[in-house]
Order: sequence, then C-alpha cells, then structure tokens
Amino acid sequence: MAEKTILLDHGSGGMASQELISTLFLKHLDNPILRGLEDSAVLENKAGRLAFTTDSYVVDPLFFPGGDIGKLAVHGTINDLAMRGAAPLCLSLALILEEGMALADLEKIIISISQASRQSGVPIVTGDTKVVPRGKADKVFINTSGIGIVPDGIDISSRHAKAGDAIILSGSMGDHGITIMTRRAGISLDGNLQSDTRPLHNLAARLLKKYPEAIHTFRDPTRGGVATSLNEIAANSGLSIIMEEQRLPVRAEVRAACEILGLEPLYLANEGKCLAVVDGAKADEIVALMRETPEAREAVVIGRVVDGKGGRVVINTPIGGSRVVTPLHGEPLPRIC
Amino acid sequence: MKYVDEYRDRSLVEPLVAELAKSVSRPARIMEVCGTHTMAIFRSGVRSILPEGLEIVSGPGCPVCVTSASHMDAFIGMADLPNVRVSIFGDLFRVPGSRGSLANASSRGAKVDIVYSPVDALECAKQNPRDLVVFLGVGFETTTPGIAATILAAHREKVENFCVFSTQKVIPGPLEVLMQDPELKINGLLCPGHVSAIIGAGAYQPFVDNYGLACVVAGFEPADLLKGLIMLARQIGEGRPRVENIYPRAVSWEGNRRAMAMVDEIFEPVDMQWRGLGVLPQSGLAIRDKYATFDAQKRLAIAIPEAEEAKGCLCGQILKGQTIPTRCPLFDTRCTPGTPVGPCMVSSEGTCAAYHKYGRD
Repeated sequence: MAEKTILLDHGSGGMASQELISTLFLKHLDNPILRGLEDSAVLENKAGRLAFTTDSYVVDPLFFPGGDIGKLAVHGTINDLAMRGAAPLCLSLALILEEGMALADLEKIIISISQASRQSGVPIVTGDTKVVPRGKADKVFINTSGIGIVPDGIDISSRHAKAGDAIILSGSMGDHGITIMTRRAGISLDGNLQSDTRPLHNLAARLLKKYPEAIHTFRDPTRGGVATSLNEIAANSGLSIIMEEQRLPVRAEVRAACEILGLEPLYLANEGKCLAVVDGAKADEIVALMRETPEAREAVVIGRVVDGKGGRVVINTPIGGSRVVTPLHGEPLPRIC
Repeated sequence: MKYVDEYRDRSLVEPLVAELAKSVSRPARIMEVCGTHTMAIFRSGVRSILPEGLEIVSGPGCPVCVTSASHMDAFIGMADLPNVRVSIFGDLFRVPGSRGSLANASSRGAKVDIVYSPVDALECAKQNPRDLVVFLGVGFETTTPGIAATILAAHREKVENFCVFSTQKVIPGPLEVLMQDPELKINGLLCPGHVSAIIGAGAYQPFVDNYGLACVVAGFEPADLLKGLIMLARQIGEGRPRVENIYPRAVSWEGNRRAMAMVDEIFEPVDMQWRGLGVLPQSGLAIRDKYATFDAQKRLAIAIPEAEEAKGCLCGQILKGQTIPTRCPLFDTRCTPGTPVGPCMVSSEGTCAAYHKYGRD
C-alpha cells in the first residue's frame, strides 16, 4: 500500500479536513475547550495581567536527537511566556503543511506536541491547518501562540538589570544549535549531541516564588545564543556586562563540534536554557536553588552587570585578556580551514 | 578536550604572558599571515595584553578575502546558469562581487549548497545526476589536497557531473611579493599552522635568507600564540632570525609529501588575480589538462569578467598590512558583517570581521 500523504484536500475545510481533525488532532490533543471546535476558544476570565506571545517554527530536519519540531513549538512558546514571569495558561497551534508530506510524520509530530503539552500542563485550546501545493513550503511549518498570567507583584524585563547584578546561566550552551547544524550537514560525530529543548516555566515559577524581588531579568538564549541575549540585556538596561570565559559551561562534545566547524558556542541556539539576571547578593542562594531543579542542575554564575557604556558586553579570557562580544550578524557560517 | 585544553590551561598560559612582556627587547612588528591566527589572537584576548614594542599586523591569509571581485562575478554568473549547482564553503556565501553575492543569487533561485568538504560536493553530484555540480575552490594549501583527492575520487568513480572552479592559491610566493614592499617594515612572520602542515616549516627558510625575517610556525591555542610571539620577539631581540617550529604536533620541516604529490598530480601553477594585490605570477593553481573534464572553467567556457572593486573599500591595503580596518571610512558605517562591502568583513577569518567582532572599544 502506498504511504499515506497530505493532500490539498486536507486543507480544504471539507470532509478530508474534518477527518484529519478528528482522527489526528483531537485524538492526540483532546481537551474540553479544543473539543468544542468552535471558531475561537473562550477562556475563563482571570483578573490581572496577561502575557501574550507568538512564534513560528520551521526547523529542518523535523526530527533530531533530543526532540522534533513539535516539541520545540510547545516549549519555545511556553518559554517565551515564562521569561516574562508568566504562568502559561494555554497555546494555539497552527500548521501549514506541504502537499505530499507523509501522514506518519505528521502523526509523530502531533503525538510529540501532545506529550509536550501534557507534560508541561499547558493545553492546546485552538488551532488551524492549511495545506499548500508541493514546493510552496518545506513539509510543515508550525506557529504557536501562548497566553500566560503574570502573578501580582512580578515584573520581569530585560530593562530591569541593575549594576551589581549577577548573571546566571541555567546550563550548558549550544546543545540545540550544534545538533541541528551537524544534522543538517550530515556530519556524524562521536559523543551524544542532542537538543536541550525543554520547558522552563516550572523553574521560573519556583525561582520567582522564593525570590520575587531579587530576580530582575529572565531571557532564553535561543537564536543568536547567549552572546546575543546578553547584548540585548545590556542595550535594554543601558548597562555593561562582563563575562568570564572560563565559567561558560559547554559540553565536551559541543565544544569539539564547534572546534571542527569553526563556530562559537556563545552564538549557538539553546532551547531549554535561561539566563537570569539577579541581585548579586542573592546569586549564590539562587544558583543553589536552581541546581535542585531538573532544568538547571548545572546553573552557574557567568558574569555580572556593571555601570559603564550602555549595551557593551565584554568577556575576560582565560589568559587574562579581554575582548568585546557583539551580537550575532546573520547565520553562523562554518569557516574554510 | 585533548590537544585543546592543555593549551588553554591558565597555569600554563599565565607564565607565558609574563614571559612575553620580558621578551620584547627591541621593537618588533610581526605579520600574522593566516586568517585563523587573526581571529585566534583576538578571541583569546592576546591582542589586549600585547606588551609595548610588539605590534601585530594582519596578512593576506584569508582565502575568501583575497578572492577578486572578478572571480566572485564569475562564480555568481555560473550559479545563475540553468542546471548548474554550486557547492561552496560557508564563508563564500555573502562575499560581494561587483553586483551582489551568491546569497543574492540563491534568493533568485540559483542552486547554492553550503558544504563542509569537497567530498560532500561530490556526493551532491551523485544525488543530483541532472545537475552539473561545481565546487568553487577558494583556498590555500590547507584545502587544496582535499580538492585534489576529491577530483581523483570523481575520476576513479567516473562521476561526470562534477567539476571544480579552481581559484586555489599558494602562500609563499605572494608573501614574498609583499615583503618587497618597502613600506611594510615588518621583522617577523607568525607562520600559518594549517598551511604549514602541508608545505612544511622549511618553506619559510627563504624569508630568513632573503629578507632577514624571524619566522615561527605556531598553532592556534592561546599557549601556541603566546609561545610563538615570545620566540619571535627573542629572535628579533637577538638579531638572529631563523625558522622555528613550535607546532610539531601538526607540522614537520618537510611537510606532507603525500598531500603535495596529490596536489601536483591534479594542479599546475598559474598566474592568479588576488584582491588588493593584483595578478601575481604562479600564485594560483589550475587543473591540469589531463583532468580537464573536472575543470569548470574549461567545461563551461567561463571567461573571467573585469570587475571593479568596491569604491572606498580598503581591503586591498588591509590585506597587505598597510592599514588597519578601523582606519577605513566604510568600517562599521556602510560596511558591517550584515552588509559587507569588502570580503574582509565577510569571512569569519577576515581582518575587518575580526576587528568588528572583537576589537572595538
């Protein structure tokens, strides 16, 4: 029997669309709000401030060690909410499918989305599917939007970094970025390269519950890596940042791959790490608490915020020298030799 | 990580920093020939701790940077041909010719694949039998043997839809042309580690004999760089120039003979155009007639168009060590890594990219 694939009919809104919704989407993503299949989800009215975010996912390859596009789409949007201190309430899920995509691959992705959503405790409450002719998209593009509730008294922003703050990184850098790049290039290396994709909202909530005042900024260093996120924090707060290169956590296999390809872990994407800018006096306590959580067992202070030229990020190198760290310009390209 | 950590270890590196400061007894102006050295010197912070009296200028050793606008235009023209698929190393993607880059060609629908090895380009040819896959050879002695080996493999496996557009270049000859420039005033060379792994440390003896230059072949880790500079400063201080090799874990005196023999089988020396330096005799490598079916220029009858280098861009002088990026009027104004005017801003090993990324106040 021929492999079942996505047909243009699946996006027509007719019977084929209905079948896809009931046999695939509802089968795996079912919950009382989604089940209604109404034009929009109606959420219980909660008092207070809401956080609202959206992100699109176009990763190639769709499946990679440590995750897949579905997991990323759930975790990425949850993390964007968590980085503002919000408790994620629900997500939307919109798919753009390429005609001819294997139905089995789509089901694998939907199952993965279902698992990620359940494990995170954040339901998908509304969705959409479109199909475009072959060649007009690359198998599947996903958009998720998310709404979260910001607890009273919490105001987390990259503008709130203060001189004297410590910068904590929750774990090793570059795992996701290098996994995708080596897969894309068909490079196989010894060791266990895998994406670090994971949700960070429980970590953020736990930290904010205990240290609502001491935590000033969260940021998940996705595309552009830690270097770019720190540049944004420095620019938005109008302060300087000094990092210590020796403290930067990089797994040995990630470092080896970076050496071969001429890439810097500082510029590689992470999908399950956060930077926390915290009151310097509380930094050790906060690191200790982070290390108790599964998300941040290797949390470490990597630098500090200082008065000085706004937007400037400097790194002290192991030999006692220093250099400026700029944000990423364009895609990281591997070098010739 | 083996071969890396031990050369970055603080307990090893700190005494070297102190030793470097003591080694400079006479003003030393050293050229680091290789783009990877340029980047490593910034990245490790060595540039920020240079003692007084020790100056480092960057040389012509970034292959993408010395690729002429004419060659870039020829590459782009070829990528625009129907049924042609070009394979490149990532550095070349954003390099501007006189009318746009391969990135622009790609956005118009040209087939441009970024590969990590010429062998990947050969694989791509096997997987796309209807396309002619052209690998754009832009590099020095470091990458030439890999290209030669790939052509030999294509010959052996009778892959007919694969060829190479060679603008491969050699280092020693052009370096000698540079040394004849009376304005350059350098007294030492930090010799390239990767190139030397192929051609051997002995290739620099003529620079000692003919120009009295101190020469040290060094690796790329902080301890390598510091040790290299210490030995150069000492040679210059003592007035006793010679070739020293402190990268014996990769480089021998005579080089990799097997690789050189393979290169000689496939390539022959030709005059080659360098950005900023003009046409230098016998400084490039063309594919020998015996392997003409793998020569894209012959196969597609490609003429190299005349192209003007971008106005105001000082890449040429920067490549010759005559000026530094921050003195270029375009630096960080019109020319940035996102919108490069000259190639030195594009390549990760380019001097301007290094200054932009690491060297600003």
